[in-house]
Amino acid sequence: MTTRLDTRFADLAREGRAGLVTYVMAGDPDRETARAILKALPGAGADVIEFGMPFTDPMADGPSIQAAGLRSLAGGQTLKKTLEDIAWFREGDAATPIVLMGYFNPIYIYGVERFLADAKAAGIDGLIVVDLPPEEDSELCIPALKAGLNFIRLATPTTDDRRLPTVLGNTSGFVYYVSITGITGAATPDFGKTAEAVARIKRHTDLPVAVGFGVKNADHASAVARGADAVVVGSALVEALKGSLDAEGKATAGTVGAVTGLVGSLASGVRHARKAAE
Amino acid sequence: MNAPLKPNSFRSGPDENGRFGIYGGRFVAETLMPNILELERAYREARNDPAYVAEMASHRTHYIGRPSPLYFAERLTEHFGGAKIYLKREELNHTGSHKVNNVLGQILLARRMGKKRIIAETGAGQHGVATATLCARFGLECIVYMGAVDVARQAPNVFRMKMLGATVVPVQSGAKTLKDAMNEALRDWVTNVETTFYCIGTVAGPHPYPAMVRDFQSVIGEETRQQMQEAEGRLPDSLIACVGGGSNAIGLFHPFLDDPSVEIYGVEAAGHGLDKLHAASISGGKPGVLHGNRTYLLMDEDGQIQEGHSISAGLDYPGIGPEHSWLNDIGRVTYLSATDDEALEAFQLMSKVEGIIPALECAHAMAKVAELAPTKPKDHLMVVNLSGRGDKDVPQVAEMLGTKL
Ligand SMILES: Cc1ncc(COP(=O)(O)O)c(C=O)c1O
Repeated sequence: MTTRLDTRFADLAREGRAGLVTYVMAGDPDRETARAILKALPGAGADVIEFGMPFTDPMADGPSIQAAGLRSLAGGQTLKKTLEDIAWFREGDAATPIVLMGYFNPIYIYGVERFLADAKAAGIDGLIVVDLPPEEDSELCIPALKAGLNFIRLATPTTDDRRLPTVLGNTSGFVYYVSITGITGAATPDFGKTAEAVARIKRHTDLPVAVGFGVKNADHASAVARGADAVVVGSALVEALKGSLDAEGKATAGTVGAVTGLVGSLASGVRHARKAAE
Repeated sequence: MNAPLKPNSFRSGPDENGRFGIYGGRFVAETLMPNILELERAYREARNDPAYVAEMASHRTHYIGRPSPLYFAERLTEHFGGAKIYLKREELNHTGSHKVNNVLGQILLARRMGKKRIIAETGAGQHGVATATLCARFGLECIVYMGAVDVARQAPNVFRMKMLGATVVPVQSGAKTLKDAMNEALRDWVTNVETTFYCIGTVAGPHPYPAMVRDFQSVIGEETRQQMQEAEGRLPDSLIACVGGGSNAIGLFHPFLDDPSVEIYGVEAAGHGLDKLHAASISGGKPGVLHGNRTYLLMDEDGQIQEGHSISAGLDYPGIGPEHSWLNDIGRVTYLSATDDEALEAFQLMSKVEGIIPALECAHAMAKVAELAPTKPKDHLMVVNLSGRGDKDVPQVAEMLGTKL
């Protein structure tokens, strides 16, 4: 079975460039604006979209994404609405892969089987669920694979060669390498080490490897894109969004542009990376 | 510890996946998994190492002051006119509560693992004080995460931790209470996983914590068994303890789970009432996944975690240890709840009748003793876990009773 993610990464390989994976939070700062951002992302240069499912207790996320989740929840975002937002996006875009990213509890409460059916129907391609390590694969990963969704696993600097096969076992779509031991939006990684890690992972798998955490601007993106199949940017986009809000935390006329502007610059960093390296 | 649950035992959990029935597990970010597996290995080795066991026994005696007495509460017994009430005096431990039993075990383990940086989360500050104390004793760096709201509410414990050399980090995220302190400690652990030992304060979190903390606290029930034999020549008829995360309760209960004659009661915090703001995860919540384990949690219909409320800052966690969730579902333990008002009344009664000012946490257990004891025959032996002393709560209670100190 070829998924939208497989197709997109194959296209990128043919073009000879890395992809840009952008993370934005559903419902942040309000549902309308988040939808407008979602819709604008592919045009701005996003190759794959990660759509955040807000959660009250995001234990692996830093202050920016935590705050984005709380803004979204305060505005009444729910998992059901998030799925509807994606179905709405799919009406206008059949090609861009969308991956949902978040924590397990809202999915568990929604009901795993019902969630997978609704996610598939909405046009979702993959799932990243931070608090489901391979040890808990029977909870969601295996059912998701059966339902025809990709399950993207995080590999980290603490995932050594002995453990990597366990982590890669049921992974599909791509592997998400977390460049630091830390939370989202934290320190900038050592890009030399990141490239080594990507090479190490590639010795274990043929899947594309995307690198994220700590990528903040076009230069970082370009540095990462030299060695990785894709670059993931999240906190920097969420910060750009936050910077565009008014004193009450409401969206302004500049909000969508603040996000797409940064996406555009990141995309050009990614696109020029290999050329710059030649 | 890793054997499958035996059909005739309530004591052999968790299974090799860290599960008690459907509860427990290891729901954490990948970054932490290698460390958690290493911790599990290290703990398995330590508990089978006579040197570790002997070191713990020695510190229990000479530093904590164990065994704690099992005290016959004669006046309380007379007052209620039913069951014969015994109090397990965990409030006499060094640092004033049962929390130190667990911290001792974890700190000795951290030392074996060569970790010199200790992090902890705390609500009221009891677990933070216990951790700061043992870090001082063993010369370890100690960082305690505490919700900013709790830092403001529990100033004496904050100062105590600082005197003991700990760094107290006020947590500004979320609702700024215990749940957020635990999130922040997990974030620190994700960031500093190579150097850092996370000392969790109750029987919650990813496997092996619920089992490990239970083992450390089981000294309470083991002593009670022996002391009751000595006092009455037989087992108690009922046990009762308050439940926040559930560590003092499981510590008392666990050694008795396979004795069918022993009735067991856990008491959650019903706050303003189960239909209002409360912290009773079993009585008023449902199973979900948070902080590394599946267990009963307070949440809305979309799976978003809600804040717990209790007058007792040690009970307002929106979850409960996974083993309790399982014991509830299989019916081995009965979970009741006590409101703020009931606890406050029991707090005063206990002080006046026995000359013991209890922590507001265990005043919740006392409140249900007031209900249960009068219904029992006079030869019924009831043990209440007096998990902590109330010194820390005196200013708060004074305020609630309208007294200016
Ligand atoms: C005296 C006392 N009892 C009980 C508790 C609740 O914790 P647990 O349910 O883990 O015993 C606390 C927590 O701070 C406490 O300080």
